[in-house]
Amino acid sequence: MSFINLMAREINCKIVYYGPGLCGKTTNLQYIYERTNPEAKGKMISLATETDRTLFFDFLPLALGEIRGFKTRFYLYTVPGQVFYDASRKLILKGVDGVVFVADSQIARMEANQESLENLRTNLAEQGYSLDKLPYVIQYNKRDMPDIGSVEELRELLNPTNVPEFEACARTGVGVFDTLKAVAKLVLTELKRGGP
Amino acid sequence: MVNPQMVMYEEEFNQIQTVVDHLVKSANARSVFIVDKNGQLIAASGDVEHLDTTSLASLTAGNIAATGGMAKLLKENEFATQFHEGERANVYIMLVGNRVILVVIFDAKSSLGLVRLRVKKASEELNHIFENLLKKVAEPGGESPFAEITDEDIDNLFND
Repeated sequence: MSFINLMAREINCKIVYYGPGLCGKTTNLQYIYERTNPEAKGKMISLATETDRTLFFDFLPLALGEIRGFKTRFYLYTVPGQVFYDASRKLILKGVDGVVFVADSQIARMEANQESLENLRTNLAEQGYSLDKLPYVIQYNKRDMPDIGSVEELRELLNPTNVPEFEACARTGVGVFDTLKAVAKLVLTELKRGGP
Repeated sequence: MVNPQMVMYEEEFNQIQTVVDHLVKSANARSVFIVDKNGQLIAASGDVEHLDTTSLASLTAGNIAATGGMAKLLKENEFATQFHEGERANVYIMLVGNRVILVVIFDAKSSLGLVRLRVKKASEELNHIFENLLKKVAEPGGESPFAEITDEDIDNLFND
């Protein structure tokens, strides 16, 4: 749910990075954080375990600039990917304006991708959202790893509705900003239409 | 969609700011925030210059969301208040009308009793303001201020 402050002329939107454990959601945010001008970003917060696994969420506020005199801010969140943190994942999805599904391209993680995507649909539905109606893009991450599925295979398994998709290597940054820009554009276009 | 867009108008913004400014003084607090349940900062007052209000807002909302999740598991409606006691700063958090979160940061110059007392009155006032605001947002004909933006405007945002 976007928040428009007519007084301060601000618009804030929430984007959630979803995906299976170790697929690179936090790495996406870290790369964005490293490559963004200091004046355009706030502090990145990571609520993680001692072994650096996301425990609750990562949070990164980004100021994109002005659109018709409104300061446009995007709040990026990741969810904890590990299966047993489902209760926390549901909470992060509240009020979401746009979703990035980060898939792990490695063949060994295909089942985990499918499970996570199914979990995303279920958790959104519980809150009255439908993934098909939300601004939503997919990122095929870890394209630099050995033993990965082809984009065609990934598409068939994970992207039957043909939403915008991006190949990425979040560690080196390939595809990270393309993904972010695509989902941010979809969110703003939705806002223009008067939703969500 | 389940959530209507949250729009803040000048009239309600000023009313909220007045309540928050007053609460800082009456509760002898260091600072007071109003945060929406999704983690967006709505208003702040007091000594906020050196605080990372954006991060605080997001963490407060996460905190309230987690507590709400616990309440649900325990078949409670909600845990409306939380209190965190530190060595120098204390934080009192209250969920107002199950919609927005009131956060009061105070030190030894005040006390939990005083904060509780003043927050009770402020939360009633805030509840009233937000009820009116929600009615206003839900009124038909309130066109999105973004209806006129073009695809070009959106593209321009990404052209640097």
